[in-house]
Amino acid sequence: MGAVLAGILTTTPSATSLHPPPPPRCPTETGASPAPLMGEDTDAAPTLDHRGFLPDHNYVTEADIISTVEFNHTGELLATGDKGGRVVIFQREPESKGEPFSQGEYNVYSTFQSHEPEFDYLKSLEIEEKINKIRWLPQQNAAHFLLSTNDKTIKLWKVGERDKRPEGYNLKDEGGRIKDMSTVTSLQVPVLMPMDLMVEVSPRRVFANAHTYHVNSISVNSDYETYMSADDLRINLWHLDITDRSFNIVDIKPANMEDLTEVITAAEFHPHHCNLFVYSSSKGTLRLCDMREAALCDKHSKLFEEPEDPSARSFFSEIISSVSDVKFSHSGRYLLTRDYLTAKVWDLNMESKPLETYQVHDYLRSKLCSLYENDCIFDKFECAWNGSDSVIMTGAYNNFFRMFDRNTKRDVTLEASRESSKPRAVLKPRRVCAAGGKRRKDDISVDSLDFTKKILHTAWHPTENIIAIAATNNLYIFQDKLNSEMH
Amino acid sequence: MFPKGTKRKFSDSGEEPVSSGDQVPAAPSVATRSLTSSYSLQRQSLLDMSLIKLQLCHMLVEPNLCRSVLIANTVRQIQEEMTQDGTWQIMTQALAAAQCPTDRLVATEVLCRQTDAAAQAGQSPKPFSVGGLEEGYHAEEVVMEGDVETEVTMSTLAPVSPQLSSASYLAGPFVMGPCWDEDEEEEEEEEEEEDGECEEDEEDDSEDCVSEGEEADRDHLSPDSRTGEQVFGTFEIKHPAPPPDPALEELFSDVDPSYYDLDTVLTGMQSAPKMGPYDLLESLSSHGPTALSSSSSCRSDLNELDHIMEIIVGS
Repeated sequence: MGAVLAGILTTTPSATSLHPPPPPRCPTETGASPAPLMGEDTDAAPTLDHRGFLPDHNYVTEADIISTVEFNHTGELLATGDKGGRVVIFQREPESKGEPFSQGEYNVYSTFQSHEPEFDYLKSLEIEEKINKIRWLPQQNAAHFLLSTNDKTIKLWKVGERDKRPEGYNLKDEGGRIKDMSTVTSLQVPVLMPMDLMVEVSPRRVFANAHTYHVNSISVNSDYETYMSADDLRINLWHLDITDRSFNIVDIKPANMEDLTEVITAAEFHPHHCNLFVYSSSKGTLRLCDMREAALCDKHSKLFEEPEDPSARSFFSEIISSVSDVKFSHSGRYLLTRDYLTAKVWDLNMESKPLETYQVHDYLRSKLCSLYENDCIFDKFECAWNGSDSVIMTGAYNNFFRMFDRNTKRDVTLEASRESSKPRAVLKPRRVCAAGGKRRKDDISVDSLDFTKKILHTAWHPTENIIAIAATNNLYIFQDKLNSEMH
Repeated sequence: MFPKGTKRKFSDSGEEPVSSGDQVPAAPSVATRSLTSSYSLQRQSLLDMSLIKLQLCHMLVEPNLCRSVLIANTVRQIQEEMTQDGTWQIMTQALAAAQCPTDRLVATEVLCRQTDAAAQAGQSPKPFSVGGLEEGYHAEEVVMEGDVETEVTMSTLAPVSPQLSSASYLAGPFVMGPCWDEDEEEEEEEEEEEDGECEEDEEDDSEDCVSEGEEADRDHLSPDSRTGEQVFGTFEIKHPAPPPDPALEELFSDVDPSYYDLDTVLTGMQSAPKMGPYDLLESLSSHGPTALSSSSSCRSDLNELDHIMEIIVGS
C-alpha cells in the first residue's frame, strides 16, 4: 500500500458536483443551487454556494445523489448516474506541458437525461428513474457507447462528437433557409469546416419489458455482442442489437413465492471467457455458471461459500453475509466480493473459502442492532480492483473509504469530504477508534460516525492510480501523483 | 419507533453475559437461553422491529425485495428459535388472552369462529398486513375469471383502498399461493388497484386482509406442511383449522381455492383463528403495554417453570 498510494492523493479541481447545465429537476426549498460545487479552487472567487444562504443546513436534492460511477475501458471517460435519471460523463483532459497541474483532470464532457420516471398504471407504482448501473462498451469506432439501466429498462446510448460541419450548400443558405434559385449563379462543393466541439448523445437501443423485479446489475460480455441484466430473481441475456427478445439464463424464483428466501444481488461476466459469469446472492453465496452447460444456468458450475462460524452466529448473521457487489479481477483469476462488514477475495479454483478477507469496519459488529433499526445494515457497498489487481477498494460510512493492498497487507482509511481536504491537498489517513478507547488526535470515535454519509459507489481507473468516489451528491476524483503507474 | 414504552436495553455494548459479549444478540445455548430474560426481551424487540419493518415495506414505490426477504428470514429465524424454546406458543396464547374482545381481531377469531363482516367494520385499524396484498392478488384472479360480482364486493369492502402495493412480488414471500404460475407476467398486467394498504384508518376490511391472507396461507400450507420454513408455519400446528363448509366448497368447487378463502371472508365466515405475525404486530403495536406485561408475566412464569423443572430434573 505504501508504494502505491503513500498518502499522496490529490483532489483534482475539476471534480464537480452533479449539477450540470440542465436545470435541476427538483428545486430545493431554498431556491439556491442545491449541490455545492466541489473542488473549486479555494483561492478563487467563490461560486454560488448554498451554504452562504443557510449556514446551518446542508440540503441535498435527492435527485442529485450519485447512484453509480464507472470508468470506460481506457479511463479517458468517467460516467456517473444519479437518482434523477441523469448521466454525466467526464473526460480526462490530455496532459499538457504548459500547465503541469492541469494534466489529466476530468471535466464535464456531456450530460443527458437517460431515464425518466415512469408510472406503472397497472400496479399503481412508480418506476424510479434512478440509474442503477452504467457499463461502457469497449470502443470500436469514433463514438462511445454505454449501457445505463434503471429498475426496469436498459438503454444503449451513443456518445459521439461533432467538430466539423458542412458549409457551402447550394440549395440552402447558412441559416438553413432554401435559397432563391435565381440567386444561384454557380455550383460549389460543400466543405467540412471545423466547429466548436459538440457532443451528441442519442439513444440507440431500448431494452424494456424483460424484468419483473428490480434490475441490480448489467454486464457486457467479452464477445462484445451480448450482455446480461440481472434482477432480484432472474438474469437475462441480450444481444446488443436485438431489443425485442432476451434469453433467461438464470431463474431462482421458487414455484411458491412463500418459499422465497434468497435473491440475486449482483452478477458479472468473466472478463475473458464469454461463457462464464458469476452471480451473488443475499445468503452470501457466489455461483459461477457456464452457459455452455445448459440453456438455463440454474445449476451452477461452482458454488463459492464460506462456512459459517457457529460461534459468531447472531440474528444478523445472514443479513451481514449478503453479498452487495461482486467483481472479477482484471486477470479473471479472482473474485472480489463485498458484504456488510468485509471484503473478500476468492480464487476461482477454490470454492470452500475465500483467499483473503479484509475487515472494512469491524467496529460496527457490536452495533448491528442499531444499524438494523435505521436500515443501514441493508446498505449496498460496491468494491473495486485496481488495474493490476494488487489493491482493492471499498467505501464505508462517514465518507470514509478503504483500500487494502493485497501484497503488503497494509490498509488505509481515507475521507472524501471537502472539509477535510482542499483541492490538491494530500489526503490524510483517518482512523476510527472504539468508543471510549484510547484516542489519538484526529481519530474519530465509532459513536460519532455519520451514517448518512456513506460511500457506496467507487471506481478505479483501469490502468492508472486514479479513483472516483461518489459521496452523496459529490464526485471526488483522487490521483496519485507520485505513483501514477500501477505496481 | 416503539410505542410500547419498553426501553431497549440491547444495545450496542453486547452485554449478554453468556455470550462472548460482542455479538448482540448472540445465541447462547438452548439451555441457558430461556433463562436469560434479557435475551428474550432483546429477541422480542428484534421481532417487533422486524415486523414493523415488514409492515412499512408496503408503500407507494415498490420496495426492495432483497430487504424484505432478509427481514422475513430474520423473523423466521427468531420464530424458529422461539418455537424451540416453547416461548412462541406461550406468547401467542398470552396475547390472545390479553386482548379486549371488542376490538381485537385475534380475540374475535379465537372466541367466535364466525365473525360478522359488520362487526369487523368497527374494528380498530390494523397495521398493514401482507394479507392485503393477497387480497389484492385474489381480486385480480377473480377478475381474470370473470367474476365481476366479487370484484364489486371487494370494492365495497375496501372503498378507500389506496394504492396497490406490489402484490407481484411483495406478497410473494409471505402469502402467495400456488396460483402464482407462469402467467404471472400476464396477471401482473391485469392487476388492478385494490386494497394494498391496510394502514389507513378507514380501512374496514383490514381484518379481512389478515384473516383472509392467513386462511389462504393455511390452505396452501396444509398440503405441504412445511412448518419450519413458513413464517406462518407453526401457527398451523397450534391452531388447526376447522374443515371448510362443504356447501360453500361445492358452490365454488370450480374456482381456485384461494378464491374460496376470499369468499369466506366476504361472507363473514372465518375458519381459522390464525395468529400470524401480523396479528402479533397489531396486538403489539396498538395494544400497548397491556399485551407486553401479560406476556412478560408469562415469560417470568415460564422462567419459574423452567427453574422448577431444572430442580426436578436435577440438571
